[in-house]
Order: sequence, then structure tokens, then C-alpha cells
Amino acid sequence: MALLKVKFDLKKRVKLAQMLWLMYWFSIIAGVLVLSLGLFFKIELRKRSELMDNNESHFVPNLLIGVGLLACGINAFGGKICYDSLDSSKFSKWKTIMKPFLICCLLFNVLLFFTALLCFTMRIPLQFTLAEGLKNGMKFYKDTDVPGRCYMKRTLDLMQMEFRCCGNNNYKDWFEIQWTSNRYLDFSSKEVKDRISSNVDGQYLLDGVPFSCCNPSSPRPCIQHQMTNNSAHYSYDHHNEELNIWKRGCRDALVSYYGGLMNTIGVLVLLVTILEVGVMVGLQYVNTSLSTLVNPEDPESESEGWILEKTVKETFTDIMAKMKAMGKGNQVEEGAEGQAVATVS
Amino acid sequence: MTLLKIKFSFQRRVRLAQGLWLLSWVAMVSGAITVATGVFLKTELVRRAEVMHSNDIHIVPNLLMLVGLASVGINIFAGKVCQDSLDATRFPRWKNVLIPYFCISLFFTFLLLVSVILSYALQPSLEESLKLGLKNGIRFYKDTDTPGRCFQKETIDHLQIEFHCCGNTNYKDWFEVQWINNRYLDFTSKEVKDRVRSNVDGRYLLDGVPFSCCNPASPRPCIQYQLLDNAAHYNYEHQSEELNLYNRGCRQALVNYYMSLMNTIGSAVLSVFLIQMTVLVSLRYLQTSMQAVEGQENMEIETEGYILEKGVKETFKEFQEKVKNFYKQVQGDVSPADEEAAGDAAPAEEKEATPTS
Repeated sequence: MALLKVKFDLKKRVKLAQMLWLMYWFSIIAGVLVLSLGLFFKIELRKRSELMDNNESHFVPNLLIGVGLLACGINAFGGKICYDSLDSSKFSKWKTIMKPFLICCLLFNVLLFFTALLCFTMRIPLQFTLAEGLKNGMKFYKDTDVPGRCYMKRTLDLMQMEFRCCGNNNYKDWFEIQWTSNRYLDFSSKEVKDRISSNVDGQYLLDGVPFSCCNPSSPRPCIQHQMTNNSAHYSYDHHNEELNIWKRGCRDALVSYYGGLMNTIGVLVLLVTILEVGVMVGLQYVNTSLSTLVNPEDPESESEGWILEKTVKETFTDIMAKMKAMGKGNQVEEGAEGQAVATVS
Repeated sequence: MTLLKIKFSFQRRVRLAQGLWLLSWVAMVSGAITVATGVFLKTELVRRAEVMHSNDIHIVPNLLMLVGLASVGINIFAGKVCQDSLDATRFPRWKNVLIPYFCISLFFTFLLLVSVILSYALQPSLEESLKLGLKNGIRFYKDTDTPGRCFQKETIDHLQIEFHCCGNTNYKDWFEVQWINNRYLDFTSKEVKDRVRSNVDGRYLLDGVPFSCCNPASPRPCIQYQLLDNAAHYNYEHQSEELNLYNRGCRQALVNYYMSLMNTIGSAVLSVFLIQMTVLVSLRYLQTSMQAVEGQENMEIETEGYILEKGVKETFKEFQEKVKNFYKQVQGDVSPADEEAAGDAAPAEEKEATPTS
């Protein structure tokens, strides 16, 4: 007994075809939307590629772009079939392709769903990529005279100002690296010599941060240097100071930004999946209703439409049997198998 | 002798009506675009309202919004008239409305030009307003504890970061004001006492700038304090230092930004003006050519269309006469009005016949 059987007369068939045609247009737009989201995401990743580890993967945006293009193609084809379904002479040429096309649609919907899931889970590898990338970025902050790294300072400064963050985990990360280029250090002065001899690597470390960490909402001018020394500044206690510089670490800021972006994209792709499943079901109804005309000569006769000819269980056993038969295809035992297949299908 | 007379066959009239209907839709869309640009410009001006002293420049977006809305209405009406013009029975009902309609439309279209001219003419006023506004902003930068002014610091910092600028004219403007709040100055220290005593007003002035003036493109960490003292920093000379701070003043940066906005809007508005004028001229031709068809048996005759029935000068003289008569009637002077009314009656009737076209 068929799954979700519905009776169709000519009027209902025409209405179904028209509605389905409209839905296919929406699906094409949805496909374009997915494509543009993939492009946008790719551009956003590219923009900050300097702050990410070298082996950052562009798999998800590439997949989104591919799926978007595929969606446009499949939906355009489906729309054409739908348009022709109103004219039985034109529809007959599509009859043979319908079943493979519907299976194709089903596989495509599974792929869409898989893409949506990927969008939600991509957050985790991104976190690791960003942690590595930011750490290296900060190390190369001072190398404004090294070709290939001379824009790292500007990139980091602009990023800290835009995302309102400081350092990798927090501002103290800047205390552990030298972020002033050696060109601007007076090696003859006592202060510089003391600082350099105070650590193993001979780096000029200080308890200060770059200006891009400063928070404009602070009521007092920004305190960037001698941050842990309360007596260096009037009325200053670095334990209580909240507004002076950005408290958040840039890794958290970037992950939450990209995570939010991916969540939005994932939700949209899920909605597109639901739409695609809807049009696929509609096309199956159109297909079955036009194949089961009571009187094949008379276009105005009644017909029935369904999603599956048998129940889910029986269809599943059918498929398993067919696959087994294909597996034993060339064997001479076909006689018994063939009869079994004939009775079941 | 008529102004710009053109012969119209029936086919041509129909084509004119159809083309005009399409054009009126295009003009309506461009009217909507004008409203949108007016709204956008107003939003941009309101966003920076804190650093502007006067609101004179707001007349430009206000005018744009007004004219845009009027233009949408004008074009909808033109489209409706156009639709009716193809049906000779329905067209006559628009007869009386069209002359005032043309006057009003011309007025609003002229206002479009006025808004473009104003956007250029008000540039000095904008600059003055920004100069004063920024001067106050920099003066009140330190007042983060005064209600009503406590966000001035944040506003100026964000402005300098976003527009890549420092100070009013240049960074030296910061040397002339105290931009550090007294709450954070240690008045017992010698350095503070020296600085405060060194000027008449007792202000803490220093040769330093806030962090928002720093240029991220600089290869070295930002030097904000002791800017004029070459010895205070290694390998530093303030005269040749280009990249350390932003070189531009915020007034110049903002004026450039708004002028570039208004240039773009100005060119868009000029094209809207051209479209609108085309619509009005075409409608006038349609009206005059349809008039001659009125009352005729055969709808498909050839007629003439024109812009003005008489030459410009004559039409103007007639208009003046009409206004004078109207004025006299309103005044209600009995005897001179009666005599003149008797004398003017005959030519006035003739004039009545023609302008109703």
C-alpha cells in the first residue's frame, strides 16, 4: 500500500504543476544565495589568511559554492520538467529520466544536509588554526623591515581595533614577546641593556602593549606602558582597571565572529534543504500522477499520486534484493533469483 | 507663433503615449531613488552631528526627500493621464487640471536643480560648522565626568580612527588644549606643577596626542608623547616623521568625505532632473496634440503639438495681464475697476479662450 497516496484530477494536477514551477524558481534563488554565501565566507577567510595557520582548509566554502551551483542546475532542470508536465506530449520525453533524476535529487539533498552539518562543526578546527596563526602573527609584529612580513604589524593593529581585542588569550601575551623592532632600540642605553640581559633569548620584553589595544571608551588617556607598575601612573591600579584596554583575547573574538557567521550559514543551508526536499516530493507527485492516468488517452482523467509505491519497509527490502541480484548478476542461478525478483517487485 | 511646434499623426500620438507611460514608470523609480539618497545623506549627517555646530547643511537632504516624494506623485499622475489619453472620451476630464499641474511640476523640478546648487554652495558653511564643532569636541575631550559631555572622548577617538585623521587642522591642535582630565593628574608632582604654571589659564598642556591619532601603518610602535623632543626617542626626528601619526586634519577629512558623497548624489540628481523634464515636455506635447482631436468626428486625424501657443514673451505678457486683473478684482475698486473691466472684457475673453488649452 502506497505511502501518502493522493487522488488527482486535471485541475489539481495543473495547480500542483504551477505551484511546483514557482517553488523551483524560489529554489533557484536559494541556490544562488547558497553560492553567494559560500563566496562571502571564502572572502572572509581570505581576508584574515595572514592570521591563520598555513594549512587552513577552504573545504567548507568550496563545498558551499559547488553545492550552490549544483542546486541552480538541478532546480532549473526540474523547473523545465515541471513546465512540460502540463503538456502530455512534451512530458513523454522526460518519462524515462524521471526516476534517475529523482534519485539524483535525493542524493543532492543528503549532500546539502551534510554541508549544513559541516558548517556547524567547522568551528573546532578553526579554533586551532587561529590559535597557531595569531601566535605567529604576534611574533612577527616587530618585523616591519622583513619582506613578506612587513604588513603583519598593520594587519594585527587593524584587527585588534576592529574586533576590540588584545593579544591571543588576553593582553598579557604581549608581555612575553618583543614587539618593538631592534631598529628603534638604543642598545647603548642602560634600560635596554637591562631588559635584554634579563631573559635567556636576549629579547626586549616589557610590560606594555601596542596602541591598538587601547579602548576609546576609557575615561582616561590610554595607559600602554608600565602597565603592571601601579606607582608609575597617578590613581591607577592595574587589578581594578577595566576600561583601559580591551580585555578580550583576539582568538575568542575571531572564533566567535566566524562561529556566528557559520551558524547563520548553516541555518540558511538547512532551510534550503527543507525547500529542496519539498520540491523533490512535489516532483514525485507530478511524476506518479501523470503515470497513473485511468485513461491514458484522455488528459482530463483522474489519477493517483504517491511518494513511494510500497511502504518504506517493502521498498527497502526491494532495494536490498535488487542490489543482491546485481551482485550475483552474471551467475547462471538467475533462474531462481529472477523469479524471486519478479514476484517481489 | 507657437513654440516648438511638432506635427503628430495618430500613430505618433499613440507611440508618444506609450513611450511616456513607460518613461513615467522609470521617472517614478528615479524619484524613489532620490528619496533614498536624501535619507542616506541625512543619516550620514546625523551620525556626525556631535562634531557639527550648525545644521544649515541639512537643508540639502531635506529638499531631496521632499522633491523625491513630489516627483513620485507627479509621475504617477503623468502615467494616469497618459493611460487616459489613448481614449478620447476619458481625456477631456483632465483638461482643467493640467495647467496647474504643469506649474507645480515645473516648480518641484526646479527645486531639484536648487538642491544640487545648494550642495555645492553650502560647502563653506559645512566647513565652518565642522571647524567649530571639532574645536569644541577637542576642548571637551577631557570632560569624561561631565554629564552631557562624557561621550565626547569616545566620539572623537572613533572619528579619528575611522577617518584616519588627527586634530582639527593637524595634530598640533592637541598641543593647545588640556586633553587629560584633572582626576588623573598628580598635582603634587613637580612636572605637573611646572606645566600648569607655564601658561596663563593654568592648563596642563603637553606636546602629546591621544592614541587614536596613531597610524597603524607606521613601522615602529606609536610615539604619542614628547613629540617635539627628538632626544626623547631613539632614531626619531619629528620634522621628517611621516607615518607615525595621521597627517590629515579631521576637518579636511570630513569635508572631503561629505563632498565626495554630494558629488555622487549631485550627478544622480541631475540625471533625475533630465528624466523628469523629458516626462513633462512629452506630457505637454501629448496634451496639446490631444486637444485638437477633441470634439472631432475622426480620432485619427493629424494634429499639432506645441509647448507654448504663443511665443515666450507674449505668453509672459498675457500672464502678467491676468495677474494684474485678478489683483484689481480682489482690491475691489469700484469705478476704475468697472471701466477697466468693460475695456478689458473683450481682450480678456480672448485671453480666457487661449490659456485654457
